[in-house]
Amino acid sequence: MDVIVCVKQVPEVIDADMKISREGTGIEKEDLVMHINDWDNYAVEEAVCIKETQGGTVTAITIGDDESEDVLRRALAMGADKAIRIDPGERELDGFVISKILAKVIKDLEYHLVLTGVQADDDNSGMVGIMLAETLGLSHAAVVTGVEPEGDLARIRVELEGGMDEVSRIQLPSLLTIQTGINEPRYVSIMGIRKAGKKELTVIPVANLGLSEDDLTPRTRIEEVFLPPETTGAEMIEGDAASVAAELIKIIKEKGVSI
Amino acid sequence: MGEIYVVAEHRKGEVREITFEMLFKARELCRTFSHRLTALLLAGKDAGFADDLAKRADRVLVFENDRLETFNSDLHKEILNRVIQKDQPFMTWIAHTSWGMDLAPALSVKTGLPLATDCVDIQAEDGRPIVIRQIYSGKLFSRVSFKESPGYLMTVRSGAFLPPDDAEMEPGEVLKQDIPADLAEPRKTFVEFVDTEAGEIDITQADLLVSIGRGIGEEENIATIRELADRMGATLSCSRPVVDKNWLPKFHQVGTSGKSVRPKVYLALGISGAFQHVAGITGAGTVIAVNKDRKAPIFRVADYGVADDLFKVANALKEKLAGA
Repeated sequence: MDVIVCVKQVPEVIDADMKISREGTGIEKEDLVMHINDWDNYAVEEAVCIKETQGGTVTAITIGDDESEDVLRRALAMGADKAIRIDPGERELDGFVISKILAKVIKDLEYHLVLTGVQADDDNSGMVGIMLAETLGLSHAAVVTGVEPEGDLARIRVELEGGMDEVSRIQLPSLLTIQTGINEPRYVSIMGIRKAGKKELTVIPVANLGLSEDDLTPRTRIEEVFLPPETTGAEMIEGDAASVAAELIKIIKEKGVSI
Repeated sequence: MGEIYVVAEHRKGEVREITFEMLFKARELCRTFSHRLTALLLAGKDAGFADDLAKRADRVLVFENDRLETFNSDLHKEILNRVIQKDQPFMTWIAHTSWGMDLAPALSVKTGLPLATDCVDIQAEDGRPIVIRQIYSGKLFSRVSFKESPGYLMTVRSGAFLPPDDAEMEPGEVLKQDIPADLAEPRKTFVEFVDTEAGEIDITQADLLVSIGRGIGEEENIATIRELADRMGATLSCSRPVVDKNWLPKFHQVGTSGKSVRPKVYLALGISGAFQHVAGITGAGTVIAVNKDRKAPIFRVADYGVADDLFKVANALKEKLAGA
């Protein structure tokens, strides 16, 4: 079974200090550590697991500058067979444009499954995968937490809200957006990444794809980025650990909990 | 600004709360601009939801068919595409849920209408919509505009708009619609729903929850917090990253894809406070958060905060309790 997996390099933001850029429509990225989007890491692992049980190949694709090849080398080290980087140059991209670029490249490849992450942890849109599916005319499902190929079909599990999953059967070829927790992504060593440097990595400039100006025109635009509105927030308890602990125990007891 | 269409979401015989949240916000906008609000219901035969929706919209367009009893993105997309092409509503709103995320982007490509997802606010300015979204894990917000278009699509975040109890009004019209005869067979077929919550402990019944998040760092560190929870007579719960890593079973998970909890006190240790998690603790009496990042979003919703290493605080708590 041939699987294509789409990956994206994003800044690590959970523990980072975010600064809004001077233009006010983005962030300062210089001091941020870049890494593979968490959802995409699970998608790569899922693709490699499918290859290991079903046979076939895994192709990893990203759109980005040469630094974003790091995420492709990582995917290759995890077990992908080849990688494609599409260089967007200076073009402004939104989810729509990204899906059109990916579709143009993927339509000429051999595949049974296309996997993406549910969303990327930068703009948190969660639209590229399913837009790509529709453009390619593929069946699709979002927020997938289980994939079992069954011939021309796959039995899939989708995570719904409130502790409920939905099981369904979907016709292949299909596009699935992969949720975190579906598997345990394997560890990648520096040595592994270095070794994977021998695998095939193709670079395609967006200009070579022959996309129409309409397909390359973003449908949405960020007018302004701003900090979350002020709230009163938590009453902060300061001091050494022992006095903080005493204060916390007092609060918990006051709220009617016996400890 | 023009008409707003809201796509109802229902599951296992019940309309999902997000539907009423969308209708509440859409009605507010429609009133301001004197436009009609339409609810779209795609459901099985005699689902009986239409009257409930009619109390919150000017009219309900009902598409009833056995094949629509459970959500199917292929069938929803085909039917909604035809409705949108024919009626050309100004905005069409869909829930930002797993199902909405499977539908809206496909519908956007199919209709050619631009889409913004996971909106926490929707406004209209100079005849065009403007939406507010969270980006970078909720650390920042963005104000987003659209390329000019005959119509616009949005998915709406659960909990962004909270209708008051008296959100019902004079019932609108319920209009049964014909299902297109030439609908293609869907490529996905429903098998079953699986309840993922069953487990040996029930975190929804606890008075005191000690909850761990990404800040726990390593699986081995869970033991020391479990010890603290035991000593406090508390139940151990967690946020998504802990379950994703398989360090605790899913029935410990608090949040939109886990459980909503209502303890008297919720002690969050090393939890950053993503909205999916925070949505699960709105019913908590008092929230105490310990996180070494003073800017963590959890401190925006917590009642009390400690900006320190969670293990330092946990050990101090243990010592205090041992000495008491």
